[in-house]
Amino acid sequence: MLKLKLTNLNAAVLVGATVLFSACGGNAGSEGGSDLTGSVQIDGSSTVYPITEAVAEEYRAEAPDVRVTVGVSGSGSGFKKFSRGEIDITNASRPINDEEAKTAEQNGLAYLEIPVAYDGLTVVVHPENDWVKEITVAELKKIWEPAAQGKIKRWNQIRPEWPDQEIHLYGPGVESGTYDYFTEAIVGKSHSSRGDFTASEDDNVLVQGVSTDKYALGFFGLAYYEENQGKLKAVAVDDGDDSNGKGAIVASLETVKDGSYAPLSRPLFIYVQSKAVERPEVVDFVNFYLENAAVLSEEVGYIPLPDELYKEQQQKFEQFVSGKGAATAQQ
Amino acid sequence: MTNSERNRLKDKAFQVFGIFCTFIGLVVLGIFLIDIIIEGSRRLDWDFLTSLPSRRASRAGILTAWVGTLWILVLTTLIALPLGVAAGLYLEEYGRKGRWANFLEINIANLAGVPSIIYGLLGLEIFVRQMRLGSSLLAGALTLSLLILPIIIVTTREAIKAVPRSIRDGSYALGASKWQTVWNQVLPASFGSILTGIILALSRAVGETAPLIVIGALAYVPFTPSSPLDEFTVLPIQIFNWTSRPQAAFLENAAAAIIALLVITFLLNGIAVYLRNRQQRKIKW
Repeated sequence: MLKLKLTNLNAAVLVGATVLFSACGGNAGSEGGSDLTGSVQIDGSSTVYPITEAVAEEYRAEAPDVRVTVGVSGSGSGFKKFSRGEIDITNASRPINDEEAKTAEQNGLAYLEIPVAYDGLTVVVHPENDWVKEITVAELKKIWEPAAQGKIKRWNQIRPEWPDQEIHLYGPGVESGTYDYFTEAIVGKSHSSRGDFTASEDDNVLVQGVSTDKYALGFFGLAYYEENQGKLKAVAVDDGDDSNGKGAIVASLETVKDGSYAPLSRPLFIYVQSKAVERPEVVDFVNFYLENAAVLSEEVGYIPLPDELYKEQQQKFEQFVSGKGAATAQQ
Repeated sequence: MTNSERNRLKDKAFQVFGIFCTFIGLVVLGIFLIDIIIEGSRRLDWDFLTSLPSRRASRAGILTAWVGTLWILVLTTLIALPLGVAAGLYLEEYGRKGRWANFLEINIANLAGVPSIIYGLLGLEIFVRQMRLGSSLLAGALTLSLLILPIIIVTTREAIKAVPRSIRDGSYALGASKWQTVWNQVLPASFGSILTGIILALSRAVGETAPLIVIGALAYVPFTPSSPLDEFTVLPIQIFNWTSRPQAAFLENAAAAIIALLVITFLLNGIAVYLRNRQQRKIKW
């Protein structure tokens, strides 16, 4: 089962929206040499930050008088500010949740979710670990689910042929979108896992932990694995579904991009809100983002979406800007 | 072994222990410094100090970060110094001792131990939202001022306490009012120690990341602030951001930025020591 949530990219439309968008915003071209001014305020996920930073950097050449600023307060904080209308765009490594969506609605904001790249959550072990080559999603669940706390403590409890040694778990901090996504994909419920694992907000700390501990098992973003390949071993993950690639599959640029590395491939998003797209510089920036996300996301270590998906996003964004829900935009 | 020999031995033992204790801190600091300097010095050049942030580690610089840090330092000093010194003066010289004073004292001491992120949340609600300052330098400086006020108040009080009673008595005997005594005698005499406290407090403020991230300090700011109401980033945020990136080249950048931060801190301490020495030479009792 392909768990990417790319199919339900629903722009939330407010019931009885009071905010109607002027259609002129949609015509702001994204051609070079713009003389736009103003500012674009972005905050949110530190996972998505490198892509947005790269886009902002390139955008300076395009529109030098637009002040683009990017913060790194995290997906949760980002959504909080976003739903209060304090920022124009938020970076997110997970979709918006119900509560955050409700706040946005209360504040009269509609928003559009735009996927900009993929990341593959890589399951890793120590390079000297010669017993684990692949692992199934069911086994991962057995290790990470809340019921495993205090019970699943040794490798041979997962598979009898694995050594009778303690298993040491490493994972991102529970406030991160990465943790939310992993638990949702593996345990089945977001934000729910055992609590007795070594958690760090800094993925380099996790790299350090797994690379110095022979009996470790951890997970984090693909880029951290690729930069540290000599120190880590990636484990192939089998989701038990042969329709998207047979057997266990190792995370890589290709397997994440073609969707066969499931269920641990995840989309990274930016969210744009309706009041912000009334300003031409925000519209121009988002268009620029979508035109360049493919090249720039790969450059900073993520996996670009297929080209047609970017095109689709551009169309969706255009509709959003021109006032989605207004009769003229529906065709 | 006679008694005196035993005592001498104990004396010797404690001396060795003392040296050992002193060196633990120094050695750890030394190893850290050497490591940072080896790793960071390659990257530290004029371009690094004058470039904007970038996704390419080799082109990225810390211009906006160190300018932001300087702004924050200056603003925080301007806000926290008068407030803290005045509060300390009041509590020590004017406030009546009693239940109320005790209550204040305990609370101020407790405030000094509150985790910095709590001040960030406070700053976010009061300065950023209620006072509508936004995620500006001013909001950041006000938040950090709150954070270091307890330290400044406590050290000010200690410094004032250390001024001998006889100096005040002498001043009163010559007919000086309370304010004249405080302004002409007590403050100049304790200024050196107060300054030391302020510098310690500012050195803490300069390294703070958590409260500033909470109030919305940014990581990517492609312009240097030109007014206290501008958005900003500071060196610790830039360092934190770089150390959490997967590419090793960013770690080198982080090391170089740490050197820059250390230089700022050392300069600050240097200025304080200079001012203190100059002040102390003026006191002729």
